[in-house]
Amino acid sequence: MLRRSPLIVLLSLEIMLNAGNLAFIAFSRHAGALDGQIFALAVMAVAAGEVAVGLGLIVAMARRGVALDVDQANALRG
Amino acid sequence: MGNVLVWVVWFVAAGGCLASGVAVVSLQNPFYSALALIGNLASLAVLYLLLAAEFLAAAQVLVYAGAVMVMFLFVIAYLGGRADAPWAGGTPLLRTAAIVAAAAILVEIVVVLGLAWGDQLSDPAQVTAGFGSPGEIGELFLTDHLLAFEITSIVLLVAAVGGVVLGTTREKESAT
Repeated sequence: MLRRSPLIVLLSLEIMLNAGNLAFIAFSRHAGALDGQIFALAVMAVAAGEVAVGLGLIVAMARRGVALDVDQANALRG
Repeated sequence: MGNVLVWVVWFVAAGGCLASGVAVVSLQNPFYSALALIGNLASLAVLYLLLAAEFLAAAQVLVYAGAVMVMFLFVIAYLGGRADAPWAGGTPLLRTAAIVAAAAILVEIVVVLGLAWGDQLSDPAQVTAGFGSPGEIGELFLTDHLLAFEITSIVLLVAAVGGVVLGTTREKESAT
């Protein structure tokens, strides 16, 4: 990983989700169908919920003294 | 005259998106990264307005810039120094993959620009004035996409329950 803080990972995830949203909305306008905007709205809602849970996880990790390092917090891998 | 204004607004918004996106991943202080992300979300809202998505632009500002980023800033303020994220070295595979992805996007941009200057791209569909308005989106949500609507509400409920579970401490644990 280039930057190991889970907070920065969540920020980068937001950028990626917004990029997908932009593609949805652009093609929705091009095709004249509102379904793309509906999907973008659903993506927005799911991203907000995911950020809430992710931030709760980060705060719980900080309270328990776990290092905020995604390379170290790999207990579920493999 | 109106077309020039659209181009100017689009350039400013797109430039803002790109610059703030680069700033999010390259700034050292995570607080400044979060502020750059707020700029990114606002630029995207302007782009959505240009794409006849008024309700989504408003939802973007309210939900993302208004709620999600406020959560981020609270957590960054709570973490303080622990939120700092210095650059760590990446594997060579990561570097190669990044270069390949950037090259692919560059090729795509060049091809699309060439097609646009050659007038070979199809024209966007004609849309009514009500396209992207809350009324039409609400109508779709309650007829064609009712399942997505209901499942999204369940997802939000699960996220709220998860947030509460992650935030509770039992009496025996010593909170820092």
